[in-house]
Amino acid sequence: MLLTHSGEYVQLLTPRGERVDAPGFDPWVADIGSAELRSLYEDMLISRRLDTEATALQRQGEIGLWPPLLGQEAAQVGSAHALRQSDFVFGSYRENAVAYCRGVDLTTMISVWRGNANAGWNPYDISMAAPAIIIGAQSLHAVGYAMGCNFDRSDDISIAYFGDGATSQGDVNEAMVFAASFSAPVIFFCQNNHYAISEPVGVQTTKPIADRAPGFGIPSIRVDGNDVLAVFAATAIAADRARSGNGPTYIEAVTYRMGPHTTSDDPTRYRPEAELEEWRAKDPLDRVKRYLINAGALDDAQLQEIDDHADEVAKDLRAAIRALPEPDPLSFFDTVFAEPNAHLARQRSQHAAYLAAFDGGER
Amino acid sequence: MAGQKTADTAETVHTLTLSKSINEGLRRALSDNEKVVLMGEDIGDLGGVFRVTDGLKAEFGPSRVIDTPLAEAGIIGTAVGLAYRGYRPVCEIQFDGFIYPGFDQIVAQVAKLHARTSGDVRMPITIRVPFGGGIGSVEHHSESPEAYFAHTAGLRVVSCSNPQDAYSMLRQAIASDDPVLFFEPKRRYWMKGEVNLEQTPERSLSSARVLTSGTDVTLVTYGPLVPTAMDVAAAAAEDGISVEVIDLRSLQPVDFDAVVASVRVTGRLVVTHEAQRFAGLGAEIAATITERCFEYLEAAPERVTGFDTPYPPAAFEDQFLPDLDRILDAVDRAMGRRNSLSDWRFDG
Repeated sequence: MLLTHSGEYVQLLTPRGERVDAPGFDPWVADIGSAELRSLYEDMLISRRLDTEATALQRQGEIGLWPPLLGQEAAQVGSAHALRQSDFVFGSYRENAVAYCRGVDLTTMISVWRGNANAGWNPYDISMAAPAIIIGAQSLHAVGYAMGCNFDRSDDISIAYFGDGATSQGDVNEAMVFAASFSAPVIFFCQNNHYAISEPVGVQTTKPIADRAPGFGIPSIRVDGNDVLAVFAATAIAADRARSGNGPTYIEAVTYRMGPHTTSDDPTRYRPEAELEEWRAKDPLDRVKRYLINAGALDDAQLQEIDDHADEVAKDLRAAIRALPEPDPLSFFDTVFAEPNAHLARQRSQHAAYLAAFDGGER
Repeated sequence: MAGQKTADTAETVHTLTLSKSINEGLRRALSDNEKVVLMGEDIGDLGGVFRVTDGLKAEFGPSRVIDTPLAEAGIIGTAVGLAYRGYRPVCEIQFDGFIYPGFDQIVAQVAKLHARTSGDVRMPITIRVPFGGGIGSVEHHSESPEAYFAHTAGLRVVSCSNPQDAYSMLRQAIASDDPVLFFEPKRRYWMKGEVNLEQTPERSLSSARVLTSGTDVTLVTYGPLVPTAMDVAAAAAEDGISVEVIDLRSLQPVDFDAVVASVRVTGRLVVTHEAQRFAGLGAEIAATITERCFEYLEAAPERVTGFDTPYPPAAFEDQFLPDLDRILDAVDRAMGRRNSLSDWRFDG
């Protein structure tokens, strides 16, 4: 049984670190033994460390802005690991853990937040589109890409990541219409992190978000978004459905954004402290750690090793900022068009002449 | 529109309507490149409300000629995803006034992805839009929204005015690695002309064309008003005024060099388009030509445009649309001949 009932959610690992049975979902994580789970834990820990480091870098003025994913590590890492590298990811601006799992170069990732580039990585290097800041726009791109996979008779699929706020957007709803009509091999992955900047999810919907998809003809799964195993299982099921010609699946990962929307806002103005405490007890990393320790599959030496790796990645991120060259001041003219544009070339030349006047020119 | 004589054969030159020439351009693009797909509302079995895509679904199948849900953002947004996958989508927006629900996907996604990714991602998407008035239709069916798109960095905007250009420019637009807004003058869909289906386009997609040489006034226009401008040149000639008509063809980028070259000879500029005047293409052309040709100008540039009102009900469209007499009046003013509007220029 795939479709979950209204309000229920799938959980395989409780907040106390106990493995619970979930018929229908267990087979999809049967291959995940202690080593694999340790590796998922490691990616979640590294994502958290990247977040902490980037937030510190923003406070130190090294980058202009950062959108933390603190609390959403399981949703991002679990889903990303259920994909193939040849599948294509369409995310918003908060999917930095997904990008990390797909092997993003940290220098290009950080260049965006430093203000040196708009979208950073080359999408074709990691099969992940340029981050979308316009809310929900990427959901249509994912569906179009998936339609292309169908036309190509390929078993590649695409996935659209978006938040609870995006579910109110026309684009996301149109994406579901197109996906259902064309049986597109796409996964709609909604991270319900409970807030769209300051607006609680209740402003976007009064029902579980997963309930919306069946009305479009798309089966949906509501999953504990802080449970990396459950997220992995749900995504693997959706990916398999898509690959085998059964079209789109909608996943609502119920999670919580523990930090601000970005480093610019102040969540104490809109978020009750008690709610934060409630979610702190559901931390996605703690439960994996407890489970592995209780199972005798994680010892102090291994924990140290994971910590060291996270330190290394954080150090690399900091070094990446220092390695960023100052961009050529005229280069922003150069990639507006793929083909030469006489009008823009003239404007560029005029600005070049203006800039040249500062270097020993007569001004 | 005679083709290049060297390459012509009886089989390749046909007399076609403008809509049929676009149909032939689409057919050729579909057969030449399997990555070309058409997307739009009613473009399949119906062949489009103007029958521009007539017969193409039967010939190429429903995954090359795609009848989409009724959702303009969806059409453009899924085209973006297809472009990511290596396709070259050609989207049809059924009527000019229906493009606005797709506006965000066009200006924030299609236009910007090449620049946003420092050139890593290309968006070779062609968006066909039947535009302009003169067919007596209801509201939202007669608009000229080209300035919104010409204002957006990253989009190329073109408009064809005759069957040969419609055929050639469409194929150039589809072949372009940049996104192109392709505005089709819907009231000229039934205009016939010779089309050489084998002709290599004689000029780049971004270049203007001088249609008649003249020495007194440069008359700049595009799309549906090109035939009207030709009538103006003929009528003015009877009055002893020599008008040079320029069909811009490309609205972004504008081939300013062609207009500058002409105005340096004539010293007078009239721009006409159906779109509203305020912040329209005419304003941009008048301003740029004033900057670049100030010392050559004998008179202030004139604009003859739609009014700054919503496109009116059909009973009023003869008032709204620039016609022969309104444009001739502007030519007269440029020549220093007084008419009913002369005093308004200095009245603030």
